[in-house]
Amino acid sequence: MDNNVKTQEVKNKNEFFEKYIFPYAVPIVFLVLCGIGFYYSGLHYTFVLNEVIGRLARNSFLVISLIIPVIAGLGLNFGIVLGAMAGQIALFFVTDYAVKGIAGLLLAFVISTPLAIIFGYLTGQVLNKSKGREMITSMILGFFANGIYQLVFLVMAGTIIPFKNKDLLLSTGVGLKNSMDLAGVRYALDDLWKIRPFTGIAVPISTLIVVGILCVALTWFLKTKLGQEMRTVGQDMHVAGVAGIDVDKTRTIAVIISTVLAAWGQIIFLQNIGTLNTYGSHEQVGLFAVASLLIGGASIKKATYGQALIGTFLFHMLFIISPMAGQNLMGDSQIGEFFRVFVAYGVIGLALLLHAWQDKNKK
Amino acid sequence: MEDIKKLIQRVGYPRLIIGGFLLILCIFAAVLSIPMPALISDILTRFGMNGILVLAMVPAIQAGVGLNFALPLGIVCGLVGALVSIEFELAGFAGLIVSILIAIPLATIVGYFYGLMLNRIKGQEMTVGNYVGFSAVSGMCIFWLLAPFKSPELIWAVGGSGLRVTVSLESSIGYVLDNFLTFNIAGIQIPTGLLLFFALCCLVVWIFGRTKSGVIMRAAGANEKFATATGINVNKQRVIGVILSTVLGAIGIIVYSQSFGFLQLYNAPLYSAMPAVAAVLIGGASINKVKISHVIVGTFLFQALLVVSLPVLNVLAEGNMSEVIRTIVQNGIIIYALTRKTGGEVA
Amino acid sequence: MTTEYLLQIKNIVKDYSGNRVLKGVNINIKPGEIHGLVGENGAGKSTLMNILFGMPVIHNTGGYEGDIIIDGKVANPKTPREAMDLGIGMVHQEFMLIPGFTVTENIKLNREITKSNVISRVLGPKLETLDFKSMRKDSREALDKLGMDLDEREIVEGLPVGFMQFIEIAREIDKDNLKLLVFDEPTAVLAESEADTFLKVVKKLSDLGIAILFISHRLDEIIEVTDNITVLRDGEVVSYLKTKEANVNQIAELMVGRKLDNVNTIKKAREIENKDDYILELKNVSVDMPGERVKGLNLKVRRGEILGIGGLGGQGKIGIANGIMGLYKTTGEIIKDGKKLPLNQPKEVLDAGIAFVTEDRRGVGLLLENSIEENIAISALQIKDRFIKKLAGMNIMAKKEIREYALKMIEELDIRCTGPRQLTGQLSGGNQQKVCIARALTLEPDIIMVSEPTRGIDVGAKKIVLDLLKKLNEELGMTVIITSSELAELRSISDRIAIIFEGKLEGILEPDASDVDFGLMMAGEYGKGEVS
Repeated sequence: MDNNVKTQEVKNKNEFFEKYIFPYAVPIVFLVLCGIGFYYSGLHYTFVLNEVIGRLARNSFLVISLIIPVIAGLGLNFGIVLGAMAGQIALFFVTDYAVKGIAGLLLAFVISTPLAIIFGYLTGQVLNKSKGREMITSMILGFFANGIYQLVFLVMAGTIIPFKNKDLLLSTGVGLKNSMDLAGVRYALDDLWKIRPFTGIAVPISTLIVVGILCVALTWFLKTKLGQEMRTVGQDMHVAGVAGIDVDKTRTIAVIISTVLAAWGQIIFLQNIGTLNTYGSHEQVGLFAVASLLIGGASIKKATYGQALIGTFLFHMLFIISPMAGQNLMGDSQIGEFFRVFVAYGVIGLALLLHAWQDKNKK
Repeated sequence: MEDIKKLIQRVGYPRLIIGGFLLILCIFAAVLSIPMPALISDILTRFGMNGILVLAMVPAIQAGVGLNFALPLGIVCGLVGALVSIEFELAGFAGLIVSILIAIPLATIVGYFYGLMLNRIKGQEMTVGNYVGFSAVSGMCIFWLLAPFKSPELIWAVGGSGLRVTVSLESSIGYVLDNFLTFNIAGIQIPTGLLLFFALCCLVVWIFGRTKSGVIMRAAGANEKFATATGINVNKQRVIGVILSTVLGAIGIIVYSQSFGFLQLYNAPLYSAMPAVAAVLIGGASINKVKISHVIVGTFLFQALLVVSLPVLNVLAEGNMSEVIRTIVQNGIIIYALTRKTGGEVA
Repeated sequence: MTTEYLLQIKNIVKDYSGNRVLKGVNINIKPGEIHGLVGENGAGKSTLMNILFGMPVIHNTGGYEGDIIIDGKVANPKTPREAMDLGIGMVHQEFMLIPGFTVTENIKLNREITKSNVISRVLGPKLETLDFKSMRKDSREALDKLGMDLDEREIVEGLPVGFMQFIEIAREIDKDNLKLLVFDEPTAVLAESEADTFLKVVKKLSDLGIAILFISHRLDEIIEVTDNITVLRDGEVVSYLKTKEANVNQIAELMVGRKLDNVNTIKKAREIENKDDYILELKNVSVDMPGERVKGLNLKVRRGEILGIGGLGGQGKIGIANGIMGLYKTTGEIIKDGKKLPLNQPKEVLDAGIAFVTEDRRGVGLLLENSIEENIAISALQIKDRFIKKLAGMNIMAKKEIREYALKMIEELDIRCTGPRQLTGQLSGGNQQKVCIARALTLEPDIIMVSEPTRGIDVGAKKIVLDLLKKLNEELGMTVIITSSELAELRSISDRIAIIFEGKLEGILEPDASDVDFGLMMAGEYGKGEVS
């Protein structure tokens, strides 16, 4: 009898946790972590706030580009690295032809789109052949594409691919330089409409509006026929197939959309940074975006733009404060730097682990 | 015609393409009169130093866990072993043996818990393992920074806290195996000890495969349902496979480092599983089937490709083209394996 | 040409690689008629349904002869899509529902109502927005037709199984053109009260003018709900009856009755010396094997007998041997030679002298990528430490010993192969089965349990396998428990045949008992008949 009461209590408690705490557990933990880190970092809040807002504006688009593949059941698409490459390639040409300002930015969007569609299509084909292990495949595919990208721009730039502006090329005239100044499009979007409500804080309203439009578009998209098909495929490929949905095609479209959004996201990111690390800017895109999304409380099967925004906010907050917090706590800023990398990998590892675990228990 | 087709089938397209590519590079090397003996010495050394890391894939695949992307788990254990032996100022063979003796129990414990974890996530081993490996490496960065090592060999002389990013092994276990019984023939330096040690490890794994435990582990890996019906504790066998793989990873990095001459800490082991995975796949293994010969052939082909491509491509093209080729070949072969239908359910 | 029939199945013949599974089947159904289709497993019901639905499996295996005629027009659907367009709907045994979706979303799955918008006019109809309001309205109507008091906005996950079935039906009747609805074992997953409601709904549907093809093993249900009944046996229509004139006994006999050929002659009852010497006793055993659940079975096995276990598919006969072996979660008591066997521990069971030849030869029975000799040796290696030699303190596999033993078994069991090194995956079904049996024999068991030993094997090999089992029983005194869907096979080899129905023992019959008795038992009507 006593035992029964106890199990009942435990059950109630579990239900409480499941309903109110569990879904938000990850963001809550990180919020607390950020709070502690902020306290020990000793940084001024306006500085932190300004930094976080800037980073939120430039990173959110990339993070949100991950959502559609999650909904279509492909998991976390590390293949957005290919999208980022498409964005960068577009920026090479915009810079080469010296198209400046918002026109340059728009041209970059236009050029990157067909490239991203092709890359996304290829990624989709590969991922359709590796169902059940899309995530590791998309990650390795990112590495692979990176190799091809380097090959193309180290060997073919200046030879097969003509560049007008010889300053972009290495001294031999073959291969792109390691970094490229994006002076032409720097802040092209951010500066369109920027307000400074307080001293020390600059809010790039225009960029935030673009992110906002994306969120609205995403919500709308999920209510269309195609969005519904993606949700169906994401929930159960077999049932979707029996109901007459072309599963492979739907998955490919999801990856294409994700890749295109990532391309645009990378352009938005780089117009804020202002310089392009030719062979490195795209490398960590997948890692950081995925970690941000997961910190926001998303899982491998479920993700919303709210989680993407919260996650981006928290992850970058941690990024800003951890070196100083490490310095003040342990006397070494490196600890903070290592810690945030550990967090990025750790949170992905943990999310994958929990997901695989739950999946198995279900069976 | 049929015979040629059969031969191609047996050798497999990946090996043909990579072998062909290697051949072309060798011809270029000859044309460019790059000194061959030096190249061959290099190939032999890199073959020996990478071999055990590749061999570490074998028990994991045999036990049905798939490619062990969490190889860094074993690697950090090996690094700790080496660091401890240096801390105690051990050198030469004593240093090497102590490093290995410390690394093995560490790797066994780590492998045991990692194996238990993998048993709860069957079917997702590779995806999860990959990030477990990454997390371990990045977590260990903090450890390297805080670890209470005192030896001046290990810590920064001035400024900076924690362990050095690369620790020279010159005065401890550097080249111990490489120089053991080494000899020079026609300008080719043979790292006898290194090759012998690799051969010994292969032999041990091969013999294990012939024992009752080995046979049963492979049965558990080949067909879980079959094994269960035969009264085999599949989960236990998988843990054994993971432990063996982790231990081999630990020994592998010690052997690798002594040949390299440095211990590489911090983020260096982050992607260390990829070349090993690629090599075993190039050798002809799949996600669920592997032989020792795959390890030997794969390591040789892959390392030879890297060694030969370096001077040849540097003459032909600007920049670090060899590295680019490595990235493409390495990741291309992994994608090839992941998209095969025969890959079974392991991910 | 006009006709009063909605659906005419005309002279359908279907071969699967030379094996004729349908031999000229004719069925006619009128609008609003409820037509029962009964038959044993393997009688051809599922193949017929696959043809009706234009499933790819049919067209990938060479199509079929004969015609599917709908409203007097030859239809012959080639894809499920075409079948749907013709107005044929099906409620699957496994639910085709998405748990995370609402009832409405499931009913309207891939048939959503959409509204066009600015973007869809540019980029195509795929981007039309969903009209949830109309979708909900339609769903409500469909649910109301079924008399279902269920909120259409509810998430499906967590609903009772019965509700899920109704959602599937609602999806079908929501299709405007639905003319014929097929139910495949619809009540198998339902509780009794749910089943009653369900049967009422079926009648209601027929009142709406929808023809219904009702497949069930539960003969009382068939009698209760249908207008006409077709009995299928071995790919032939053996009888077409008006339900009013039929009774359960008659259908049971028609279903089971079989001409005996020379492979399957009924075994003569044999005198067993000690009838109360039980080698194995099962007390209240339940096995959680999906699709073949055993639910509180009591059964005793005599020493030295061949016990057949029969019953229809899904009733749990397959679960018994799997449960004894501990391959699926098992509860209850299993007693061998007076000693309790530990449950769910395959190794202990093997140690106790029980060997098992599985029904899933390729999935569970063999290491397909390993050689014949390894397959034969591995169980004994694991359980009995046989084929092992000590070398420097290590247990090394004794290759030579294994080779010799394998060669002996290959000869004794007449395994047709290129040698002991051949991979088992390359062998034919019959030879694979022999390898499985060889492995079981290597354990030298007291009891050998064999499930579906002749499934997927040609006639010649069938006889060899059955004779082998007989020989083991007669010469070595091994107790044999043989589970099979083929009743004739059981009757030709067993001393007694236990029939399983709904996870329990329905009764035990001698092999020469009448067809009616077998039929009634398999349909679960045996006990009922005695009471009334």
